[in-house]
This record gives sequence, structure tokens and C-alpha cells, in this order.
Amino acid sequence: MNLSGAQIIVKSLQEEGVEAIFGYPGGQVLEIYDALYHSSLKHYLVRHEQGAAHAADGYARATGKPGVCLATSGPGATNLVTGIATAYMDSVPMVALTGQVPCNLLGKDSFQEADITGITLPITKHNYLVKDVKDLAKTIKEAFHIATTGRPGPVLIDVPKDVSVKKTKFKYPDTTCLKGYKPTLEGNKGQIGVAAKMIAESKRPVLYVGGGVVISGASGELFKLAELTLSPVTTTLMGIGAFPETHPLSLGMLGMHGTKAANYAVSECDLLIAVGARFDDRVTGKLDEFAPSARIVHIDVDPAEIGKNVRVDVPIVGDVKNILVELNSKLEQHLSTNWQDKISEWKAKHPLKYEKNGKLKPQFIVEQIYDVTKGKATIVTEVGQNQMWAAQYYKYTKPRSFISSGGLGTMGYGLPAAIGAKVGCPDSIVIDIAGDGSIQMNIQELATAVHYNIPVIVAILNNNFLGMVRQWQEIFYDRRYSYTDITGPDFVKLAEAYGAMGIRVNDPKEVKPAIKKAIEAKRPVIIDFVVEREENVFPMVPPGGAIHKMLGG
Amino acid sequence: MRHILAVLVENNPGVLTRVAGLFSRRGYNIDSLTVGRTENQNISRMTIVVEGDDLVLEQVTKQLHKLIDVIKINDITSEQYVDRELVLVKVGADAAVRGEIMQIVDIFRARIVDIGQRTLIIECTGDEGKINAVIESLKSFGIKELVRTGKIAMLRGQKFTSLNETREDD
Ligand SMILES: Cc1ncc(C[n+]2csc(CCOP(=O)(O)OP(=O)(O)O)c2C)c(N)n1
Repeated sequence: MNLSGAQIIVKSLQEEGVEAIFGYPGGQVLEIYDALYHSSLKHYLVRHEQGAAHAADGYARATGKPGVCLATSGPGATNLVTGIATAYMDSVPMVALTGQVPCNLLGKDSFQEADITGITLPITKHNYLVKDVKDLAKTIKEAFHIATTGRPGPVLIDVPKDVSVKKTKFKYPDTTCLKGYKPTLEGNKGQIGVAAKMIAESKRPVLYVGGGVVISGASGELFKLAELTLSPVTTTLMGIGAFPETHPLSLGMLGMHGTKAANYAVSECDLLIAVGARFDDRVTGKLDEFAPSARIVHIDVDPAEIGKNVRVDVPIVGDVKNILVELNSKLEQHLSTNWQDKISEWKAKHPLKYEKNGKLKPQFIVEQIYDVTKGKATIVTEVGQNQMWAAQYYKYTKPRSFISSGGLGTMGYGLPAAIGAKVGCPDSIVIDIAGDGSIQMNIQELATAVHYNIPVIVAILNNNFLGMVRQWQEIFYDRRYSYTDITGPDFVKLAEAYGAMGIRVNDPKEVKPAIKKAIEAKRPVIIDFVVEREENVFPMVPPGGAIHKMLGG
Repeated sequence: MRHILAVLVENNPGVLTRVAGLFSRRGYNIDSLTVGRTENQNISRMTIVVEGDDLVLEQVTKQLHKLIDVIKINDITSEQYVDRELVLVKVGADAAVRGEIMQIVDIFRARIVDIGQRTLIIECTGDEGKINAVIESLKSFGIKELVRTGKIAMLRGQKFTSLNETREDD
């Protein structure tokens, strides 16, 4: 049977098991929307294409399945860009479909033409401009394969209008044939042996865990490795949830706003086992003083990450889970030494803390959210202080329960990503911990949440500041608050105007009841927590400083 | 140090942009880049001359490998190879100096490929040193125009940069 390009797209998405797509129509995707109209594929109409990309991203991070977004050519496609870049930086599997002007108008500055494959070249794992309808099914197959395997990432497919109209025989290919794409999944056995030996010899090991552990579904293996070796575990922002933070070996997060225990442990360890992490500058601080006395084992699926920022003693390329299974099989139970005692001591001596002065503190709110949800919610964040407090004061115990834009740090990510996460995991309580600045960047998506009754909760830690920037101005610019004093609307009225529920909280005593009420409402809710304005995120490593030299806390 | 990379890529539109974009984005220095078809019509071959220490080269190679369209990379710098460039030089050539120019052309085993009223076009192939030398020798006549290709290179003998590299001559 002959199908149009648009029908092929819909059928192919169904072949890939896609359940939800987030998109926004326009001239060059009319055919695709017409095909959607006749299909059972669930499409969510967002209010801005950036929201579609972030929603697809949140869906992917919450479920592990690829997220799909769709936009028209030109402005529709360019509106996806921030969302695609966000997904790229955090290795999120995503397929972005864009309409394009018909082939005969390409390259002529036609109405709503933008070279989106050119624009997204550096922020996609790969991208395609499909000029022949016969290539469409094969391209979609390849796109999903590339997006979801190896180190995942976004793939964009640009489809000219005439390609979506033209018809051809449809057969969805079973396999792909990409000569230049063969990710290494099995770790080198010899290298794993060397690593096992090093671990056995190590007196002060630390596991430094990144998002790769979450992505490869290796938290079980990581848990086993930690318990076998009694290595304390610290995670990056992206690694949060890979190891239960309630475990005695958990050090919490490391790096710029990491715990003192984590940063001290890394600074004093004799073996750093980096698992699915990439030595980002926000983690390492001053490179010369990062883990200065440690040998380094680096396990990652992306060979280009190895040796990129730090020298590595034992590189192991492959899927983290496969490698950890193999590694664990070579290890014997370690006995506890004074290293573990030292870790406990640091943890006891330097817990995360904030001043309790009876005022409404943002950290307290995050703690209360943890209490009420018993640590079982999916926490999404915006960017800034809210993000760091959400990372610090909630105790994550499950992978994919913390969803945040780490690599790009995209304000406005949280609300649409929360919508995507809730669509993917309708049984989870999904809470976007937000700042009053960030939430205004994609607040329009509240309409999407209300329209489809996607009951996400937005907890605004409202300090009437671009708080994180203000904090830097306070510490490094002598309190010159240049344009960080930001006002917003009355968020309660705003929520109501959108048809959501709005709650305002001024008093610490009202926090818990408000969270409970929001959860029970089973519809989109904004809670406007009016918090102490000039609270800071501590501890803090000044940019470029050594991570064991922290301010505050 | 300069490295010569022989890179096989899918002959897809945009592949050159992907490679060139990667180099500029990550701040790697390209000395020269040439690209053309190979014995297989679906595959093109790039010869990239890149400046950098071993760490940079390791990153360049790994990052190139991440491009889906890149199939194979050989750093042939430390191997036995043949490399060639082609240059076309248009020089001022009044009757009085033509004889002298012809001599130079002979010495370098170059060729004259166009004779104009006041100019000659000289074609020369060779490794970089030879090309530099021929250009130097022609300078005094007044170089009106010059174009050179950048390096192409191939491993000597039984080593190959091709898809089935184990292939042996029979
Ligand atoms: C799109 C975007 N623009 C600018 C920034 C720079 N930036 C980082 S944090 C921040 C302040 C965030 O303020 P708010 O959302 O109110 O959160 P708070 O820090 O007060 O919790 C800014 C402007 C960014 N990360 N993303």
C-alpha cells in the first residue's frame, strides 16, 4: 500500500512504540497534523515549541524512552533549539521532527525557511534533511537508533512539505546499516581486570557517579559495587538518584555546591572511580587540585570523554551496566577501614545546614516536600538556587526521580519538563521546584497542563530575585545587584487565570498543609512560597577554585 | 606537531560542514583539508592536516569518530606514506624571461599548461617542500595568481585506509 510521507511518519512513530508527542502545528507540517488527526497517536499541543522540546526531554528522562517533539519550519523549528541543546548537553534521547519548505524552495530564503539542520548541527547527535520520501522510513529508523543507543542524544529530522505529501510504499525497516556508527558496549576485559586490581589495592576509594549510571540503568550494579568495596559514593547533579542518598556510603553531590564530605573525600581519595561522568568544570573546580593523590578509573560509553579534561589511569569504554557487572564479578568483599570512619566523621561534622530563624527558608520547603512525599516524588527543577536546594535538601533514592537541566542550565526547563515527566509517569507525584525568574520563562505551559489536566505542582521559591545571579553579585561584585531584582505577577491570580489552583505561603507552618493540598487537588497547582530574599546556596566553591576550599556551610 | 589524518566518510550532503564545523567549534587548527570521491562512490576521503599535541590529536580523532558520517580515521603521520599537493601558478612572463622560467619548470619537473601574451600558467605536483620551492623560485617573475590544493596522502605498501583493510594483493 502506498502511504504519504506524513502517514509514513505517523506509522513509523507507532512502529517505534511512541506513545506521546509534543508539538505545535504550522504551514509546513499541515500534512503531518492531518495524518495525526486520523491516528491514535497521542499528541499534546504545547503553547510554545520550546515547551514541546522540554516536555519531550522530561518525558524521556522520566521514562528512559525517547521523547518526540514536532514543530513547523522556520520559527517553529528555531523555537525548539534551546530544548534540543538542553537535551544534547545531558545526553537525553530525543527525536525532533520539523517541517521544512518544499524542496524546490529550499535555499531561496522562502517564507518560514530556516536552515535548521545547519543551526542544530552542533547540538544534535545527528540530523537529517529528507529530500526523498523513499528515504523517510529508513531515516526515522536510524534516528531512533542513534538517539537511544551508545551515548544517547537528540536527533533532528527535517521534512520538506512535498516529502510529507508524496507517496511511496511503506515498509518499516527491521535494522539499520550505519557504517560509521557502532558504539562500544562491552568493556575491555583486560582493562576491567586492571581496574579490579586497583580497587582491591586501594585504601581510600571514592565512586564518582554521573548521569551515565542512570541512563544505562546500572544503579543496581552500582549499589553492589559500593557495598562490595565500601566505597563512598558521590554523584554529580545528573547522577542524583543513581545511589540512595539515605545510604551510609552516600556523600551526596560533589562540586561547586556539593557537600563538604563529598569534596573532601574526592580531594583525599587514592582511587577515584568515575562512572558515567565527564569531569565537568562545575564538578572539578581547579583541575590541578582535583583528586590530586588519586589514580583514576574512568568508565564511560563515550570514548571522547576519556582524557578530555583529566588524565586517566584506567579508561574503560562501554556500557556502564555491562562493565559494572563484569567488574563486580571480579571483586571480593572489602572490610571496613578508617577511611569509612573518616567519611562518617566528615558527614557528621559537615551536614548541609541553614540558619533557622523562624522565617520561611527555601531549604526548609524542599525538606518539607521530601517529608510529605516520603521521597517518592519525581522532582523537576528550574535553574538557579532553586535547582541547587532541590538537589541538596531532598533525599533521592531512585534513578529518574530528579530531573534537571545540568549541562546547559536552561531556565524555563522545569515546567514543560514536569509536564512531559507526568505524561510519561502518570502515577508519580511530579513537582517542579522553581524560581520566580525561571518560571516566567515558560509559564505559558501552564495552559497545556490545564488543558490536558496534567496535574503537575509548581513550587515557586519566590525570592523576587534572580537569586543565583544575585548571590554571585553579593559574593564577587560587592553586592551590586545589577538587574537581578525581578518582579513577577501575582502567581496565585495567575494560576487561577490559567484555570489552575494557586496557593500562597508566607509562614513555615503553612508549608506542609499547602503541599498536601496541592497533591490532593489532582490538578495543576502553583504554590507561591514567599521566601527569605537573600538566602544563599552553601557550601560553594568559587569558580576556578579547588573543591576542598569551600565558602559557607 | 602536524598530523595527517586520512578520513573515510559517507558521501552525504553536509558531511564537509560537519567535519569543518567540528574543527572550528572545538578550536582545533586545520592546516589543510581536501576531500574527494574514492573507489567506492558512496564514500569520500578527506585528508586533514591538523596541528596539535598528542592530547589534542586524541580528542580530534575521538570527536571525529562521533560524527555518524565518519567511517574510519587513520593517523598516518608516523607511517610510511606518499603525499602530494598540486599548485597552479600564473606568473608574469615577457618574452625576455620565458627561457629562464622554462628552465625552472624543467628542474622541478613541472609543466606549462597555458601560454598567454604576458603570462604563463605552471602546474606542479609534489610534496609540500617541493611546492614551496617551486613557488619561491617563481616569485621573482611576479606571481599574478596562485592556487594550491592542500595535501592528499596514502600509506605505502601493504597498508590501507580503506573499508576492508585486510585485503591483500594477489
Ligand atoms: C535561559 C537562561 N538565561 C539566563 C540564565 C542565567 N541564570 C542562571 S541562574 C539565574 C537566576 C535564576 O533566577 P530564579 O529562576 O528566580 O531562581 P533562583 O536562583 O532565585 O532560585 C540566571 C538568570 C540561565 N541559566 N538560563
